[in-house]
Amino acid sequence: MTDLRLDVEDLHSWYGESHILHGASFHVNRGEVVTLLGRNGAGKTTMMRALMGVVRQRKGKIILDGNDLLSTPPHRVAKLGLGYVPEERGIFSSLNVAENLVLPPVVKPGGMSISDIYKLFPNLKGRDGTIGTRLSGGEQQMLAIARILRTGADFILLDEPTEGLAPVIVDDIAHALKTLKSMGLTIILVEQNTRFATGCADRHYVMEQGRIVDEFSNDMLDADMSKIDAYLGV
Amino acid sequence: MPELFGVPVVVLLGQIMLGLINGSFYAVLSLGLAIIFGMLNVINFAHGALYMMGAFITWILLSTVGINYWAALIVAPLVVGLFGVVVERLALRHLYKVDHLYSLLFTFGLALALEGLFRYIYGSAGKPYPVPEQLTGVFKLGFMILPIYRAWVIIAALLVCLLVWLVIEKTRLGAWLRAATENPSLVTAFGINVPLMVTLTYGFCVGLAGFAGVLAAPIYQVSPGMGSSLIIVVFAVVVIGGLGSVGGSILTGLSLGVIEGLTKTFYPSASTIVIFVVMAIVLIIRPAGLFGREA
Amino acid sequence: MTTLLHKTLSFANNRAVRWLALLVLATALLVAPFTVYPLFLMNVFCFVLFASALNLVLGYAGLLSLGHAAFFGGAAYVTAHTAKAWDWPFEIAVLAGMCFAAILGLFMGLIGIKRYGIYFAMITLALAQMIYFLAVQMPFTNGEDGIQAIPRGTLLGLIDLSDIRAMYFVVLGFVILGMLLIWRCIHSPFGHILAAIRENEPRAVSLGLDVARYKLIAFVLSATLSGLAGSLKVLSFQLAALNNVSWHLSGEVVLMTLIGGLGTFVGPIIGSTFVVALEHFLATSGLPVSLVIGIIFMACVMLFRRGVWGETKARIAAMIEKPDSDRH
Repeated sequence: MTDLRLDVEDLHSWYGESHILHGASFHVNRGEVVTLLGRNGAGKTTMMRALMGVVRQRKGKIILDGNDLLSTPPHRVAKLGLGYVPEERGIFSSLNVAENLVLPPVVKPGGMSISDIYKLFPNLKGRDGTIGTRLSGGEQQMLAIARILRTGADFILLDEPTEGLAPVIVDDIAHALKTLKSMGLTIILVEQNTRFATGCADRHYVMEQGRIVDEFSNDMLDADMSKIDAYLGV
Repeated sequence: MPELFGVPVVVLLGQIMLGLINGSFYAVLSLGLAIIFGMLNVINFAHGALYMMGAFITWILLSTVGINYWAALIVAPLVVGLFGVVVERLALRHLYKVDHLYSLLFTFGLALALEGLFRYIYGSAGKPYPVPEQLTGVFKLGFMILPIYRAWVIIAALLVCLLVWLVIEKTRLGAWLRAATENPSLVTAFGINVPLMVTLTYGFCVGLAGFAGVLAAPIYQVSPGMGSSLIIVVFAVVVIGGLGSVGGSILTGLSLGVIEGLTKTFYPSASTIVIFVVMAIVLIIRPAGLFGREA
Repeated sequence: MTTLLHKTLSFANNRAVRWLALLVLATALLVAPFTVYPLFLMNVFCFVLFASALNLVLGYAGLLSLGHAAFFGGAAYVTAHTAKAWDWPFEIAVLAGMCFAAILGLFMGLIGIKRYGIYFAMITLALAQMIYFLAVQMPFTNGEDGIQAIPRGTLLGLIDLSDIRAMYFVVLGFVILGMLLIWRCIHSPFGHILAAIRENEPRAVSLGLDVARYKLIAFVLSATLSGLAGSLKVLSFQLAALNNVSWHLSGEVVLMTLIGGLGTFVGPIIGSTFVVALEHFLATSGLPVSLVIGIIFMACVMLFRRGVWGETKARIAAMIEKPDSDRH
């Protein structure tokens, strides 16, 4: 049986005058890892921001576990269990690593303890006093994921976690992601790196010009790979 | 009588002490300005008027209902802070989207209106306020005589500054404030009610100005113009120190107070303008200010 | 409806109609001193020039100066002193005031122009307060009493200006000259460059423009014209006082420009006339001037930031559904 967690229907969104999302619809089931694939400017990041309520100009339907996100004030969204790892990582330069790590308030019981986090991301250990933005790109990415895991959020939005990272670090992040999946977390992953995406995900959505235009199951992917490549213009 | 550079040491120390008192007020006010600027991107011109309001509330409480200094020390900042909350909710909030200059102009108008209001009701003349009896008298330090109330003002102001600094630099709440200064929408996405935090920050900093006003009441005469003359000097302090650093604004405020005090000893007629001269020199040498990050 | 509006507007744009309007205005200005209190009108003229001069930096170059009273009041003191204590003739005393304002403007501009927005506002405010304190302390200003009974002298040794109507026309003439200079300036390539800087400074820099230099020139020009306004006012009223250098005045002139409409030629004229008339009315009404001014200020910022003239133009532009390209 499938257990629907997120249902997005006919979602439109705007930045001021420019209309970015043009009626996108998709859904995510409990415990699934779903990717949003698509070229630059397809609206993937806007989709994440619209889900979180960072972008306020929205129309359509977003239902998370029975809650209407369009009418939820932006600071209440996190309390529904949504954890956001933004594209630019959002590590604060005026906070050290320890402060960055404990910045987001706990939203649900069952979050990871600090020692579990260090087990998952050993690189972060012993860096407490370092200014957040002095970490390497990979470490900043780990910190951005780690601080969300601490809050007990069970639905993670990951926006391009591998962007600009060395292959070794990408492997570390992939490993972490598999651990999270095995813990039963639900994840939406925005990716350009198809190899990374296919290694972690259950299903894939393709976005084009603010719409979801296609869907693939990871099992059937080998047959459809050429189609995906065509979408992404590889 | 011992002398230093031709000035009796007693006089010199007395002026430094007066300078430290002025410096304490500069520090408390510029600290508030810096935090408000960080969170709201607003230069709060009304800060001086709200300081004046704090002093006036203290005076009104005593002269009409007989509420004493110690109660005023709590009540006046609260009233001023609440007033600030209302101002932020009704007005400033709607100006964040437009050019920062408009919020400066709004608070400029607010300062004019408040000063005009108090002048209309209470007249321009200064009102004396008695030093609370627990703090009357002097410390005889041998080398100088220090009125107890002045020592109290310096200690209270410094303690408040230190406390605010600690909260901002060392606590979780402070981390939220710093993070929200950098990236408010991400902090909101983490589940923190940033607009509420902004309102409370403004209320708190404005309450600090009110607190400074209470401290000032027994030292300076309580008058409608006391805020505007102070706020312009504090602006110069803020330009010298830069708005980027809370610790920097405390330090700059205190040291400029002392510089002013020293000028009063050696060249009294320049004492009113010395801070502006320092500002001009700093701007020529270091256009971004001493601790400055360009806004 | 729209075509009717088009017709009305093209009628208003008609050269002949414009000349007719100017003719009416000129007649009114000629007749006015014989019907209205001339000193009031001279006060209005001085503030029209002052607000328009401020508009040159605030509206066209996008620099908020909160220190313009220093130019206005500083020049007023210099003119007052040279005319009274040194018996300098009218023209030279006015020129001395303008020179003082220009030098002060250059000094303030050089110090502040590199800092943006709010910092610039704070710097000009603080430096102007320095001038205020100097005016309080320097012996020649007579502190609180001010310089009184300043002789107006004669224009070019010919026209005796102690006659108030003669003085009226001289003030009017100088203000018109100042306004023409501002008009020329904003419709010249220099004015267009200022507008380009205000709209998008990084782009102006990338086009290779020496932005700081243009801003500085505009600032000094604005200071000089503000000085002219101050000098004319002080000779009209024959009194130089501290209120001409106080921060309240710097704020009021910003309000005049804002109320009328930033970055429009007509706006400051409307705004300053309104505020001067309002203050004239308030002075006798017993209502507190700065309370009312402060409230208007706040209302203006909250409700119509484009000002009376800016709002009118925007409404008309919206009604005929055509982008408003022409800025005056």
